[in-house]
Amino acid sequence: MKTATEIDIQTAGEMPREHYLNAKTGVKAWLLTTDHKRIGILYLWTILVFFLIASVAAAMMRIELLTPQGDFVTNETYNKLFTIHGVLMVWFFLIPSIPAVLGNFVIPMMIGARDVAFPKLNLLSWYIFVAGGALTLWAIIHGGVDTGWTFYTPYSTTYANSHVITMAAGVFVAGFSSIITGLNFMTTIHKMRAPGLTWFRLPLFIWSMYATSVILVLATPVLAITLAVMCVERIWGVGIFDPKLGGDPILFQHMFWFYSHPAVYIMILPGMGVVSELITCFSRKRIFGYGFVAAASMAIAVLGFLVWGHHMFVSSQSVYAGMVFSILSFLVAIPSAIKVFNWTATLHKGSIHFTTPMLYALGFIGLFTIGGMTGLFLATLAVDVHVHDSYFVIAHFHYIMVGGMVMAFMGGLHYWWPKITGRLYPEFAGKLAAMITFAGFNLTFFPQFILGYLGMPRRYHAYPPEFQMFNVLSTAGASILGIGYLLPLIYFLWSLKFGRVAGPNPWRATGLEWQTPSPPPKHNFEEKTPVVTEKPYSYSAEEDADLNLASI
Amino acid sequence: MNRFRLFPPEASTSAQQIDLIYFALVALTVLICMIVFVPIIFFSIKYRRGSKADRSNPRVESVFIESGWTIVPLLIFIGLFSWGAVVYFHVENPPRDALQVQVIGKQWMWRLQHAEGKQEINELHVPVGRAVELTMTSQDVIHSFFVPAFRLHQDVVPGKYTHEWFRATQPGEYHIFCSQYCGTQHSAMIGRVVVMEPLDYAHWLNTGRPMESIALAGERLFRERGCSGCHSGNSKFHAPLLEGIWGKPVPLESGEMVTVDERYVRDSILLPGKEISKGYQNIMPSFAGTLSEQEIMQLLAYIKSIGNQTSPNEPAPNASR
Repeated sequence: MKTATEIDIQTAGEMPREHYLNAKTGVKAWLLTTDHKRIGILYLWTILVFFLIASVAAAMMRIELLTPQGDFVTNETYNKLFTIHGVLMVWFFLIPSIPAVLGNFVIPMMIGARDVAFPKLNLLSWYIFVAGGALTLWAIIHGGVDTGWTFYTPYSTTYANSHVITMAAGVFVAGFSSIITGLNFMTTIHKMRAPGLTWFRLPLFIWSMYATSVILVLATPVLAITLAVMCVERIWGVGIFDPKLGGDPILFQHMFWFYSHPAVYIMILPGMGVVSELITCFSRKRIFGYGFVAAASMAIAVLGFLVWGHHMFVSSQSVYAGMVFSILSFLVAIPSAIKVFNWTATLHKGSIHFTTPMLYALGFIGLFTIGGMTGLFLATLAVDVHVHDSYFVIAHFHYIMVGGMVMAFMGGLHYWWPKITGRLYPEFAGKLAAMITFAGFNLTFFPQFILGYLGMPRRYHAYPPEFQMFNVLSTAGASILGIGYLLPLIYFLWSLKFGRVAGPNPWRATGLEWQTPSPPPKHNFEEKTPVVTEKPYSYSAEEDADLNLASI
Repeated sequence: MNRFRLFPPEASTSAQQIDLIYFALVALTVLICMIVFVPIIFFSIKYRRGSKADRSNPRVESVFIESGWTIVPLLIFIGLFSWGAVVYFHVENPPRDALQVQVIGKQWMWRLQHAEGKQEINELHVPVGRAVELTMTSQDVIHSFFVPAFRLHQDVVPGKYTHEWFRATQPGEYHIFCSQYCGTQHSAMIGRVVVMEPLDYAHWLNTGRPMESIALAGERLFRERGCSGCHSGNSKFHAPLLEGIWGKPVPLESGEMVTVDERYVRDSILLPGKEISKGYQNIMPSFAGTLSEQEIMQLLAYIKSIGNQTSPNEPAPNASR
């Protein structure tokens, strides 16, 4: 790859005259665009809306849990709040977050392509996503759903008295957007790489997005089937899950987790990909163990399909099945551990820049390590018997999903923000927000580990008074976390107009996406198709020891 | 029960075993965090931008190092898995001498009955030091019977029976929570376990009005509901005799063998045509909807209680001597 200075077709301090943002303006141009960059931005705005709604639901839950009595909202409202929070955060924020926003924006540029393989399908996927989201919002506005995001039977099929069908339909529809996106990315990565960009020259973000796409394509149809069958039972009373009708409620759990455990990896693999990019760029050093990190992504994608039963150790699943799922769950932790060790080793002899994206990446490693280690508690059969369905589980998966994926998403968004908008966010505010987020996150979720081992069950609207102190700490942390998320929203918007012009490559990063102006032209590489001649991440910490990115 | 705590009371034998693994995991977590965080902080300071540290010849790959941090965790994980699995196997298999308590979950309460017949709602009285086995089912949705102080946790599933057991070690009162989301008043589906000294327990068990044991109630139902009209030696209908079959394999019309257990007997009462015993006709009516969950459990207890008797029309093994 050529260094950034050689391809400097845009001088710093000046926006390019024509780029994808001003190529064609107007609402119609945006709604009919097939440009992967614009579709990424459409996704960004859409998931922001869902994130805000789901955050408000979380905030109301945290206010309720300040006191042991259920006195802020009714139990029925509380049950609807955690359902809204779970459904929107999982399917309408986390799953599309990095893949559909950052993935859409950077994958074609990273591999030197003009667009994804199927640009029209890409736009279709956004419309399907919006349709699914609209159905879900309709269900919320018309009274909500109280099944939890897991839709466990026979509660959801026979007993729940709410808009289960509509919400399940929303998730069902949105699933097709996942499938199309996964299919699109796989095809793009297979067929549209620049000359010379062999598989082992691909950036690790591409590897992780490829692994994610495999899961999206293979697992999502199972979710669709599960929800469809659940609706068939609810509408027509066909006995599949309800024992009163001759069904088996545990079957639903097998089907649901067959999708939803791999979905956990849909929600973390892209984050790992982003962190691999950030760590190497801001250490100015080639990533340690490239091949192992790439292979670990694929190993996670495969092993992730074989561990669903660890959600069911106390469900009445056979003891022997439990043992198989337990050992497999330990095995799937190995590739994650390999990644963490390799990121750490990358810092050795680097030249470390503590920019905002790097702070998020380091925060990710810390929180993901704790999240991953506490996952081992849950994989250990005897310990899971105690902590199953308690706040320990809540704390564990928030360390992975929020401490991991959201930190990575924020890191990636800051990293590629100059590419997306052509302007830099204010660095000081960025660092401040990253640190507030980290502190607020830990204060919110660490007490929940203690609460969980004490025995506080999840989805409790009221609780015994001895649990109050940890709940108060958690709520206090959540308000700090809220500030940590609000700040970037403010300064990102501010930077659109007032941010310093970034230039094509403000981070002096390798990677094809940095070899084109910021914001990029409509077809990414207008002048010449890039050709790749070497391995990724050709950084040299020794040469860059005195480089100061802040002064560029 | 309402004291502020950092750690739950350890009030059963399995609580001690589970906590030991928990502490080992906490120690491992602290160790791994040190192994990861100390180098991150050290490198972050030493190799911060502009520092004078030596950056020549950086390593970017090493199969030796990679193998090391793959194999060492793998071995630790296999050890942890085995330890957890052994204890899990222990907590999932009740000892034979356990006191029997039947539990029925329903939205949103627990109905419990001791084998001796005493009934309770949202409360469970048990003696200290004795194993207690809970046989549980649900009348509606899935619940979960969770006693944190005992590290005791098992889903309660409609249409089937699940079991859990404990041996309490400390007299006192402990929370019962329903931990599987079960609807509007999920968080109100709570109760308490009262662990008593054995003498107090015996006294508690024998106060109140005289009771009929679960198995006796089952025997009464067996007559009243007409089961005994067919399932007896002098019946004119051809129906299998139930004495001495509990826990034993019986042949089916389909040629398969099935063990007579809770599932088989329950299914035979509610869906009699599903698995016909070899040599019999499908003539039994279904009792679905006419027997409550509690009555089915009582019938099961009765059939279990006659599991050691021999059938009256078969010659006893020593009769020919």
